[in-house]
Amino acid sequence: MRALLIRLLVLLTVSTGTVYVGWRWLFSVNWPNWWIAVPLVLAETYALVDAYLFGLTMWRVRQRGEAPPPPPDATVDVLITTYDEPVDMVVATAVAAQRISYPHETWILDDGDRAQMREAATRIGVGYITRSEDWAERPRHAKAGNLNNALFQTHGELMLVLDADQVPDPRILHRTLGWFDDPGVALVQSPQWFRNVTDADPLGSQAPLFYGPIQQGKDGWNAAFFCGSNALLRREALMQLGIVGYVKEVEAAVREALSASSRVLSQARRAAREQGPAAVAAIETVQGAVAQARRELAAGEPVSEVTYTFQRRADAAARALVDQDLEAIRADLRVLEQLPVAVDEELGLVVIDDEALGRLAERDWSPLGAVTSVRELLRAVDVDRSDEAQPVMPLATVSITEDMATCMRLHALGWRSVYHHEVLAHGLAPEDLRTMLQQRLRWAQGTLQVLLRENPLVQKGLSIGQRLMYFSTMWSYLSGFAAVAFIAAPVIYLVLGVLPVQAYGLTFLSLFLPYVVANQALFSVVGYGVKTWRGHQYSLALFPLWIRACTTVVANVVLGRPLGFVVTPKTRQAVGGFPWRLVLPQLAAVTVLVVAAVVGVVRLWTGSAPSTIGTAVNLAWVAYDLVILSVIFQAARYRAPEPAEELVS
Amino acid sequence: MEISTATADSAEVIRCEGRLNMVAVPHLRAAIESAVEQGQPRLVVDLSATTFIDSSGLGALVAGLKRARQAGGDLRIAGGGEQVRMVLGLTNLDRVLRPHERVEDALDGW
Repeated sequence: MRALLIRLLVLLTVSTGTVYVGWRWLFSVNWPNWWIAVPLVLAETYALVDAYLFGLTMWRVRQRGEAPPPPPDATVDVLITTYDEPVDMVVATAVAAQRISYPHETWILDDGDRAQMREAATRIGVGYITRSEDWAERPRHAKAGNLNNALFQTHGELMLVLDADQVPDPRILHRTLGWFDDPGVALVQSPQWFRNVTDADPLGSQAPLFYGPIQQGKDGWNAAFFCGSNALLRREALMQLGIVGYVKEVEAAVREALSASSRVLSQARRAAREQGPAAVAAIETVQGAVAQARRELAAGEPVSEVTYTFQRRADAAARALVDQDLEAIRADLRVLEQLPVAVDEELGLVVIDDEALGRLAERDWSPLGAVTSVRELLRAVDVDRSDEAQPVMPLATVSITEDMATCMRLHALGWRSVYHHEVLAHGLAPEDLRTMLQQRLRWAQGTLQVLLRENPLVQKGLSIGQRLMYFSTMWSYLSGFAAVAFIAAPVIYLVLGVLPVQAYGLTFLSLFLPYVVANQALFSVVGYGVKTWRGHQYSLALFPLWIRACTTVVANVVLGRPLGFVVTPKTRQAVGGFPWRLVLPQLAAVTVLVVAAVVGVVRLWTGSAPSTIGTAVNLAWVAYDLVILSVIFQAARYRAPEPAEELVS
Repeated sequence: MEISTATADSAEVIRCEGRLNMVAVPHLRAAIESAVEQGQPRLVVDLSATTFIDSSGLGALVAGLKRARQAGGDLRIAGGGEQVRMVLGLTNLDRVLRPHERVEDALDGW
């Protein structure tokens, strides 16, 4: 019944919305004032697309209820990831993890490699894993790297991933393992719920709309998201992902190296003239090997064989060079022996054997390596991914938030995911505005990185529904630009009398109001009993942050600039005064809105306002903007309650 | 690779900084040749800042030794990191070109 009502409201929302936005584009854009008219109608179109994507999500809300009974003999590892969280906090989580009633092994994955953490793990009797030596001097890939490292040191068929602050319920495995009865299920995600949050939740930490209707809606499209913690994963699926990814990366790297090499090799050949004909011949051999490798790849030969042949031929070229060098050395030694002044009795003992010759021709000592470009080529045209700590990286490292990219790749391989709507772990949310902003920025950046690097709309293997479910989340992070238009338009109207819409008259109201009412009705039915208002406020009120996420990610992905990555601190930050600097853009927006409202009223009073309805609509709009923005000031003033009980047991 | 030459009391010290490989060898050969031609066949090749040597680098050292001996002098080597010593050991060339700890040790006796 409720599902039917939701579908009805979805249809109502998108149809009234389409009529309204259609009318806006076709009949009411005030083109002479295009500089505000176009941004506003674009922002409205953005919101309509958002409504479509939300409607699509809600169309298939899936409430699964109880899982089947757990299998009798699954092997499970509970992996607690930590970087710099306090040892006590991790220990509390680990002790709770030990108490999980289903048989399992508990591991602390300490990326901080702390002696204290290791001792604590030994003391309470849980496993302790840090990065292996392979990771030294190689990209660490944050949490994804931490988990990838642990995957090769543990053995369970299934793993429960917990952030350091997420204290699990003892029943967590019993309640969720049954979903893995379906051999196609790779992931079971349960909600994140925070125990240090007040009812009002000014920082918007609880995400009941996401860990509820949205995840259930995505689940309906077989696109329930992996959210990094409180999730169970099937090892086999991750390993498959790692191997598929490995093959893909290797092939791409080899192709790229080969196609980039012709120019550098011609340069190297010109330079080799200085070193004599043998060097030139060696480079020519490498050129021949490159040409052959490209032909073979084009003919569909397996990469492993192509690279093997290539390496053999490069070795032969190196060996010819070493041979020539050693021949010269032997000749020199013979001359030295015959010199009358010779003083070494041991000269005759110099034997350069095959072993030495072979070693001198190996890749890292090869004289061919003198030409840097050739050295890099030789390294790149191989299957060992020597630039990475592990050739096989099951968790995606393409983004700073590993979860979404990993999940999308699992779905693309045909695996299924489950959203289990029951709180089975309690975590710690950020307790101050600064930390919360860092966290949101990281999420937004990670999501947008995935959008730019692996756009879900064009990923093979995903269904249309899955593509749109991923795209929907990414789309929502673009709201910052729309928010600017929604703040600027009423200000410009009230202060300057410039109309972005041809007329704020009855036609406008008769098309706009049904859309807004249907939309609100949809939200209130979907979000019945949960607090959706905070999320709505933050999607607009954090507009400077969302814009910053977009610009930094574009600079990162397109121009290769660093993101300035931060790990969200889980501990209480020092309490200072009111953080003016953090809310400066919002403060400016509020000031401008209030001034505009006053000016608007004065203009109406003096009779210089364009229209009464127009002023009324825009005053209501300003009021709405102010209510939305007010949340950030509540958040800035917010002090988390002192913990009622000690967390460490 | 950077090659610099310094004149000590009794010998010429040629210092090789970086990778002594196919690309660097012509420069080392030139430095040896110019020292011998200017009448100083006593040479110390300082490898203490050499991070890597390949077969062509070895070849240049032995050729330098031959050149120096033919001119009535000698070529000694000093310093040398792990890789350099490994290569010398592997080829047994350390019996001919015995690495001295420091340049001063190599100069001893001249």
